[in-house]
Amino acid sequence: MPAFVNQLPIGLSIGAVLLLIALGLTFTFGQMGVINMAHGSFIMAGAYTAYLIGDLLLALPAAFLVAGLMGLVLERAAIRHLYARPLDTLLLAWGVSLVLQQLARDLFGAPNVQVPAPAWLAGGIGILPYNRLFIMALAVAGVVAVWAYLTRTGLGRRTQAVVQNRRLAATSGIDTGRVDMLTFFIGSGLAGVAGVAVTLIGPVGPALGEVYIVDAFLVVVAGGLGQLRGAVLAAVGLGLLNSYAEFWSDASLAKVIVFAVIIAFLQIRPQGMFVLRSRVLT
Amino acid sequence: MNRPRGMPVLRSRVLTSIRRHVPFAAVAVVALVAAPLLLEPFRLGLLAKYLCYAIVALGIGLAWGKGGMLTLGQGVFFGLGGYSMAMYLKLTEAEGGLPDFMGWSGVEELPALWAPFANPVFALGMAVLGPVLLAVVLGTLVFRQRVRGAYFAILTQALAAAMVILLVGQQGLTGGTNGMTNFFELFGQDLADDSTQRGLYLVVASVLGLLYLGTRQLVESRYGRLLVAVRDGEDRVRFLGYDPALVKTVTFALSAGMAGLAGALFVPVVGIISPALLGIVPSLELVVAVAVGGRHALAGAVLGAVVMGYAKTAFSEQFADGWLYLQGALFILVMTLAPKGIAGLVGRLRNARAA
Repeated sequence: MPAFVNQLPIGLSIGAVLLLIALGLTFTFGQMGVINMAHGSFIMAGAYTAYLIGDLLLALPAAFLVAGLMGLVLERAAIRHLYARPLDTLLLAWGVSLVLQQLARDLFGAPNVQVPAPAWLAGGIGILPYNRLFIMALAVAGVVAVWAYLTRTGLGRRTQAVVQNRRLAATSGIDTGRVDMLTFFIGSGLAGVAGVAVTLIGPVGPALGEVYIVDAFLVVVAGGLGQLRGAVLAAVGLGLLNSYAEFWSDASLAKVIVFAVIIAFLQIRPQGMFVLRSRVLT
Repeated sequence: MNRPRGMPVLRSRVLTSIRRHVPFAAVAVVALVAAPLLLEPFRLGLLAKYLCYAIVALGIGLAWGKGGMLTLGQGVFFGLGGYSMAMYLKLTEAEGGLPDFMGWSGVEELPALWAPFANPVFALGMAVLGPVLLAVVLGTLVFRQRVRGAYFAILTQALAAAMVILLVGQQGLTGGTNGMTNFFELFGQDLADDSTQRGLYLVVASVLGLLYLGTRQLVESRYGRLLVAVRDGEDRVRFLGYDPALVKTVTFALSAGMAGLAGALFVPVVGIISPALLGIVPSLELVVAVAVGGRHALAGAVLGAVVMGYAKTAFSEQFADGWLYLQGALFILVMTLAPKGIAGLVGRLRNARAA
């Protein structure tokens, strides 16, 4: 029983990390159908930013800016030319992530580095360590911020309009190019924030993002494209499923179980938990 | 007026057919006659390895190029084929005992899963049927629900990730991270022998050639047209009364079978199978190779795999780190400037000359 309970904060904090990553993906993948394989590298960039800065609270906005700007450059320089071919962007972004990973290896060395957690995060309440609690709080803050942005600001509403129907939005006078740019900036910036969070639970290496990125994509698949509440539910669900599957079977089978559960889930809800209703056919 | 009208038509058809087959025949002569004579054994072995990858690439060309299914998990099927073959090789060498690596992991009895793989027919059959079955099950579950495009790509990638973790974790069954290596003989032939390796090369090249011809035939058939139609307008095909899910599942299964066969050939040629050879990165690398070669032409897919395989060896020998930069830069350039790959460039050249 205690082992069962101990697993809970681990599962929840994995879920929180996945949520932070998936929040960024809901922007880039959800809005533009771009499978941004470079998202993992932006997580890594955020983590190294935290390593360079050393102070957790300063690192958060810095990582957001660093990763966001990287995303912005990627979108402007390359991805924007490939919107008609979303699957191609996947490969392009993967090429970018290869370059970024090698760059990190050359800049910071291949071995992992450790980012010391601040003293005020030592300890915890009962079974809840402060560092994992902090990650959860960060994820909640991220969700609230994204929600407020999407529903309470003009830019956010324009973003949603582009998600729902790009051509109609363009016809209505929305500068979709600018919205795309901004969306990519925010989405990638969130990856940077997730990267800072990840430094609290493990070492930082050039391939850091790749560990999480596959699961984060699954969150988007299970949650539904561009759906905030879907991302929240799916991230928490997947985080818990991951940690309990590891606990009940063994670590090597956990991913297979998670995969099977997702396939089974798609039998009931092929487009994820929540679906954006539209009359657009394929 | 009385001229038999069928004759010129027939003759021109025969001529086009010959003309169409000339490039293939030329490549076949180079591959089957010139290469074994001219290349030293080490280089020939490398070429055999690239050709194994080319078989996988052919399957990707079919599924992705013709069918629009971006599969990022071909490594899984390649691995199933490779591990089937490796299990057979290990069991024949152990001669009733246990494969070497099991002793290191503290396994004392042969696992039940392993036992049937002592039979070469079963092992080779499973190398192809295993991947096909998995693809049929996955394809049926996924395509029936109309899960497609990026979703499908993500799912196949997640499968590749899960497979690697499973293989690494089940060390007693699979050899863990190291996989399986140290193979000495195949059907009584010494694998270290140059003549065995030359024979293996010829087998790989012939298999690739036959699969290429078969796939091309298939693509030009009614089924092939339906496949391209599904790629370009799945809903329209459905409204016309066809079943796109069936077409896609069959295609996915074919590409999986090819990858499995390639894996089974890869093991005796290269002498190792391990999780590192079939995870997310190798699976993606092959997709990229197909993109570089040209996904819309089957020959482009094959060419891409050979070119990228050669480039990787050539550049990693010179500067290992630089290769990743180069590879990354290459994807970016191909995707933005030449989405149809080398085959597209060749086609454009040919058109320019014709005009």
